[in-house]
Amino acid sequence: MPEAVHHHHPALAHHFDDLAQQKEAATLGMWVFLATEVLFFGGLFLVYSVYRAWYAGAFAVASHELDVTLGTINTAVLITSSLTMALAVHAAQLGQRRLVILFLVATMALGAVFLGIKGVEYYHKFVEHHVPGPSFAFEPHEYARHAQIFFSLYFIMTGLHALHMVIGLGIMTWMLWWAWRGTITAEYYSPIEVSGLYWHFVDIVWIFLFPLLYLIGRHA
Amino acid sequence: MEQPTTPPSVVYEHAHHIDAHEELGWWRKYVFSTDHKVIGIQYAITGLLFLLFGFGLMMLMRWQLAYPGKPIPLIGPWLGQSRAPMGIMLPEFYNQLGAMHGTIMVFLGVVPLAVGGFGNFVMPLQIGAPDMAFPKINMMSYWVYYIGGVIMLASFFPTTGAAQSGWTSYTPLSVITATSGQTFWLVGMIFLITSSLLGSINFITTIVQLRAKGLSYMRLPFFVWAQFVTSFLLLLAFPPLEAAGILQLMDKVAGTSFFLPSGLVISGKPLAVAGQGNPLLWQHLFWFLAHPEVYVLILPAMGIVSEIIANNTRKPLWGYKALVYSVVFLGFMSFIVWAHHMFMTGMGTTMSAFFQTTTMIISIPSVVILTALLLSLWGASIRFTTPMLFALAFLPMFGIGGLTGLPLGLAPSDIHLHDTYYVIGHFHYVVAPGTIFALFAGIYHWFPKATGRKMNELLGKLHFWGSLVCINLVFMPMFIQGLAGMNRRMYDGGAQYAHNQGVLHWNVVQGYAAWGLGLFQIFFIINFFMSLKWGKAVDKNPWEATTLEWLAPSPPGHGNFLTEPIVYRAPYEYSVPGAAKDFSPQFEPEKA
Repeated sequence: MPEAVHHHHPALAHHFDDLAQQKEAATLGMWVFLATEVLFFGGLFLVYSVYRAWYAGAFAVASHELDVTLGTINTAVLITSSLTMALAVHAAQLGQRRLVILFLVATMALGAVFLGIKGVEYYHKFVEHHVPGPSFAFEPHEYARHAQIFFSLYFIMTGLHALHMVIGLGIMTWMLWWAWRGTITAEYYSPIEVSGLYWHFVDIVWIFLFPLLYLIGRHA
Repeated sequence: MEQPTTPPSVVYEHAHHIDAHEELGWWRKYVFSTDHKVIGIQYAITGLLFLLFGFGLMMLMRWQLAYPGKPIPLIGPWLGQSRAPMGIMLPEFYNQLGAMHGTIMVFLGVVPLAVGGFGNFVMPLQIGAPDMAFPKINMMSYWVYYIGGVIMLASFFPTTGAAQSGWTSYTPLSVITATSGQTFWLVGMIFLITSSLLGSINFITTIVQLRAKGLSYMRLPFFVWAQFVTSFLLLLAFPPLEAAGILQLMDKVAGTSFFLPSGLVISGKPLAVAGQGNPLLWQHLFWFLAHPEVYVLILPAMGIVSEIIANNTRKPLWGYKALVYSVVFLGFMSFIVWAHHMFMTGMGTTMSAFFQTTTMIISIPSVVILTALLLSLWGASIRFTTPMLFALAFLPMFGIGGLTGLPLGLAPSDIHLHDTYYVIGHFHYVVAPGTIFALFAGIYHWFPKATGRKMNELLGKLHFWGSLVCINLVFMPMFIQGLAGMNRRMYDGGAQYAHNQGVLHWNVVQGYAAWGLGLFQIFFIINFFMSLKWGKAVDKNPWEATTLEWLAPSPPGHGNFLTEPIVYRAPYEYSVPGAAKDFSPQFEPEKA
């Protein structure tokens, strides 16, 4: 290239050869990060499995205290948000800036609805004294101790999931800003794509949490 | 690498790291830097300071063990009523020192220096990359580590002091101890774990994506392989501990009982906890991290030693492929040996049989690595430089550490040795004269690359020989004490027990050896600062080495290389028959 007239793409970081390599690195990085997340939630699921196996009866009884209707609605909300997220990535690949913005806003709105419903559920548990700690109360009484472990797991697992949702909303706000100011183009859409991977992962965690927490012993 | 998929209508200048960039301000350049070399040095300096601090905690403990109940000289009066009234150490303070020595040495000293320091500084240079794949995440990784360190240090300040339930933080003891230390410890650990995860994501992506042209996986220097496997260990072992740490934190502050059994009675009073949790679950989750963590401590050390041995024997490493396959196998196996720390918990003979078997299997790749390094010395005309001396000492020291581990991996002998000084001796031979010697070797070896100056050889040799003698006098007697049955956690060394009487006098020897070891580190500290200013100035490749980092200027500038490096050969082509000189660098074409 005798006289280079063009400057490199503004989004290309100095240490990559080209945008393709940069995109590959970003995608790989996110997958590797998600591997850590699988192990992180894996630790929680392990604790759950141990106590579920030991205290199966109490877990079934305590599970009935959760609101299946709200849980089901939330599952639907979250799956829909995954759809809008996928559509946002698709629009980004095609360089349709307006659609990207539209679908990102929809994803964020659904995420917010999920967190709102989760908050309502938490409030109910608080009123019913199902929050672990000194004020915890549960009937029938013989299950109280084991039920407390169930609710401890319920709060920590859904709580950490909700924290991931909040972080996800933060990332989406950032992506919205990038889409708005035109950084996201048909050439450079990997930020949206990578954020989408994260969002889908958080949804999948819920897909595991929902049956494990809400649906124990329902068939009986 | 695939061809770039840039649309044909737009052709960008193939602009590279070589291109001019704006000058950064002082803060961006030295403090909040995104340059892997600066971050590596930040990690290394912080890690070294924590090593010194953790070493100081140990010296206090050695005083107490040598002279139980005698006032601590010099700093005793400064420790305060809650730690050492009249300069005499309280048992609670001794427990804090024990827990925090382990935590600080492992999580704030050795790992940050070995992975954050050497990994960050050397690895991108060795693969010919201009920087890490995610420079901002790299910077974040350091600062998250820094915050974790500050939290750990801050835990000493409340009068009730730091965590005091051992570096393993076994429940229920860690949760029912009514001080804030454990809470600090758990929060600090969450930061340290997050930092390691961010780091390992970066390392893996960088090694996969940013290798120079021609640098295939089987041409990677062994140090890079060691860092690569280490990153996978951190990546997969740490997250479950992060989850477990959050659960223990909830037990501590929110009234849950994930790891608390029922029926706990303290000082005659039943404890008001929900109960029905399981303490063993914590041990499983902890060791699922902490056993791979042992390999996180040792693999980078093996990587450093390999580089230095190849360079100073002027020969190719013996069995490079065997080394690579061994390190990968070792990494894999390290995930299924954890419960050999738990033979005494009553988990049953079936479990014990499984974990004994895996533990015996994992010793095979370790022995392969050690043997390959030993055979590399055969018939070589060795240059006995300071880094080489440290690297050579690593081999027998790690050998002693490894071999003394075998009786601990078998349940029948472990039942006798468990929780005695034998375990302390075994573990410290692996990480102190093992890993830390390798880290010193690395500092002497790469100091010229980082600063453009060599460290002083005479001071280096004094540092080496003094350290070697003293450190063996500290740790060798521990085997004798442990075999006699001396328990590891007694704040007076177990003076009241009859079976200890024959071995207690070693504590005085170990005390003098520890202070001697401290004194010999002064040679290193003087050497380090003196060489920064007055060390012999060197060019790119002072050791006449073959790997890519020696192509970059010393110290390398922003973007590392003046021209994009291309790799033509395997990493350790020393003394190639018919070649003009005794080293054929990776970056030189076949016919120069």
